[in-house]
Amino acid sequence: MAPAFANVGDEVVLELQGLRELLEVLGSRGYSVMGPTLRHGSLVYDHLTSIDALPRGWGDEQKGGYFRLRPLPEPRLFGYGVGQQSWKQFLYPPRRRLWQARKEENGLHVLPAHEEAIKFAFFGVHPCDLQAIAVQDQVFLAGSYIDPHYQARREQAFILAVNCAHACGTGFCASMGTGPKAASGFDLALTEILEGEQHYFVAAVGTDQGRQVIAQVPHRKAESAEQEAAARTVAQAAREMGRTLDAIDIKALLYRNYENPQWDRVAARCLTCGNCALVCPTCFCHTVEDSSDLTGEQAERWRRWDVCYTVDYSYLHGGSVRATPRSRYRQWLTHKLATWIDQFGVSGCVGCGRCITWCPVAIDLTEEVRAIRESELFAAAAAKE
Amino acid sequence: MEMLEPMLAAHPFLQGLDSRHLKIVAECASKVNFNAGEFLLREQEEAGRFYLINAGQVAVEIFRARGGPVAILTLGEGEALGWLWFDKPYHWHFDARAVHLTRALALDVKALMQRCEQDHELGYALMKRYAHLLAVQFRVMMLQLVDFYGK
Amino acid sequence: MLNSLADPMLPTPFRVLKVNRETGDTFTLTLEPPKGAPPFAFAPGQFNMLYVFGVGEIPISISGDADKPETLVHTVRAVGAVSRAVCGLKKGEALGVRGPFGVPWPVAAAPGWDVLVIAGGLGLAPVRPAVYHLLARRPQYGNLELIYGARTPEDLVFRRELERWRGRFDFRVHVTVDTAKGDWRGSVGVVPNLISRTRFDPAQTMALICGPGVMMRFTVQELLNRGVKMENIYVSMERNMKCGLGLCGHCQLGPVFVCKDGPVFSYDRVRDWFLMREV
Repeated sequence: MAPAFANVGDEVVLELQGLRELLEVLGSRGYSVMGPTLRHGSLVYDHLTSIDALPRGWGDEQKGGYFRLRPLPEPRLFGYGVGQQSWKQFLYPPRRRLWQARKEENGLHVLPAHEEAIKFAFFGVHPCDLQAIAVQDQVFLAGSYIDPHYQARREQAFILAVNCAHACGTGFCASMGTGPKAASGFDLALTEILEGEQHYFVAAVGTDQGRQVIAQVPHRKAESAEQEAAARTVAQAAREMGRTLDAIDIKALLYRNYENPQWDRVAARCLTCGNCALVCPTCFCHTVEDSSDLTGEQAERWRRWDVCYTVDYSYLHGGSVRATPRSRYRQWLTHKLATWIDQFGVSGCVGCGRCITWCPVAIDLTEEVRAIRESELFAAAAAKE
Repeated sequence: MEMLEPMLAAHPFLQGLDSRHLKIVAECASKVNFNAGEFLLREQEEAGRFYLINAGQVAVEIFRARGGPVAILTLGEGEALGWLWFDKPYHWHFDARAVHLTRALALDVKALMQRCEQDHELGYALMKRYAHLLAVQFRVMMLQLVDFYGK
Repeated sequence: MLNSLADPMLPTPFRVLKVNRETGDTFTLTLEPPKGAPPFAFAPGQFNMLYVFGVGEIPISISGDADKPETLVHTVRAVGAVSRAVCGLKKGEALGVRGPFGVPWPVAAAPGWDVLVIAGGLGLAPVRPAVYHLLARRPQYGNLELIYGARTPEDLVFRRELERWRGRFDFRVHVTVDTAKGDWRGSVGVVPNLISRTRFDPAQTMALICGPGVMMRFTVQELLNRGVKMENIYVSMERNMKCGLGLCGHCQLGPVFVCKDGPVFSYDRVRDWFLMREV
């Protein structure tokens, strides 16, 4: 047993064996450990039984409308970015039964759906996704009505974050202030160091939960050389980042550009397929589905994810408010980057880049914002002449 | 005839008209009353009179073979009904019927427009008011076409 | 606001006491809470999510008297699958109720003011509770007027009540229709046009407006032209709603959620969004 001297705020070093045991400790403490793994050639978040299930030696190549897994020259455990899934599928499941109802003599009897709240451990949360969880906390826990189901899962969730060693192809977390280093909101945050023969993890202890877990596995205090290696790794990732989004005053920018011709241009490309909303780790729109069985005696209500891209989404008797694709793309983008700030006090965008990677026509919201900004500069210059 | 000038001056349509012009208009005006149900004017008739309504309510109607008359607008105290024309008379394309006992001042359009030809200042003063009236009516008609309550 | 329901996503079964036909496709349902449950307290302007077993759920404003919470009254127009099913319910049948939700009409701030209520079509239903509230406390307000318009006389709702209100000496009621045939002896013309017939002091007037979007837009413009201030004009907005709790996202109008930041808004708050198309 290693001496338990780590405190909250300390940085310690874990060897591979320490990480292996850490996952086992989480399991023995009753957590359902979910983390990145490969299924049928896809990068997904699923149940991890050991660190051997991690996509060791794999990285990815991402750009607009493109995602490929690529083998890495080195046996990194966390050498990839984010796939199309995010952690919201666990805290805020895509489908959930809300209640069942039974028809009775001129009445109806409603039975709420009960469920044991699952205790999740998220093993390998990128900093952008860490912020996404914080953003969804604002949505589901800070309003006049909270989602008790989300709350129950969230309160028990253990978060092991992983800082990025390389910039992912489409992310722009540095612009959004959300990465590539995890700042807060984690129980433990790891930086994987691979230098020569050395392969270890520098782990920041974020909470008492994190401290308790770390205390049960072999670890030692991080030396300054190791801390510097971690800092170098993260700085490298920040330097490599290919995309930026100028978020300065973005709310005001978008608020005054609802009639900008750029919306027409992007609407000519957008298929309103909703992929971006489905892969976005902060999108929270959902709908309810009421159904009854064939006998008509039993009814159910389910909640399921929804996207603002459908014509039905804004339907009112007489027609939909957002009848054109132009208005629906505009709704998604202005909500994500502007009105979200008025609603929740933070941006809805964490710079993960998923919407760019998974858009079938490679629409890039950093480009859309750039185009709108430039159109204003252009108009200002023209006015001077 | 002298009694008419104060009544004319009090009607919103002629508000602000100077006394010299008011006198001319009074020479073309007469007091009229319509009992409830009486027609002020009928479709196809010459639009010889321009009415300034002082009291009561008038319904502007269009008659349909199946369904009878449909009222598309009502006018009351302070409002005006009529066309001002120059060379050739206009004809009504709707009826106007008093819903309640209605008192109005009727202006003889032919006589009034002849005076306007002779006195362009009078003409301009009346046309300004008439143009505003048409604009307001037009806007009302547009809104009715939109059908606020449609599904 | 008071919410007698433990889980706001669970409907409470109310029982239909009475169904009155208002017009060809509009019905008023009077409901009672389940046995043993407290009276349904709400504020004028709030709405409920009404659930028909196995069919679905829709947001409907409460149209009854907040001072008489023993029964719950809703006026519904049959325009879709769920609303048709609601209108088809018979006495004794059950209707699921979730609520009350939303920000109410500012009647609590109205004492000392002139109040002008302007409604179009079915819009008289969501604002009727405010009228009840004001009439029950009449001496607290200055001038009190109602302008109500519908497409034809057959489309006017609460006709008997309108006639009763008209009979009062302290409440001026103006009713207009877009077109009329037969023996209609009232006004014909659009609602914004009737504003010229009212007597109010724009500086001391609070306006409550409810009706189709187009009607509200032109009515607001007319009031602004006459000097009523934007922050004293209140509108009731409508949007697709799935939860009523501000969580499903459907009812967004720019940055506001119509279900929890509205449906009643002061015009200055939503002006930019109101005038924009397809937001």
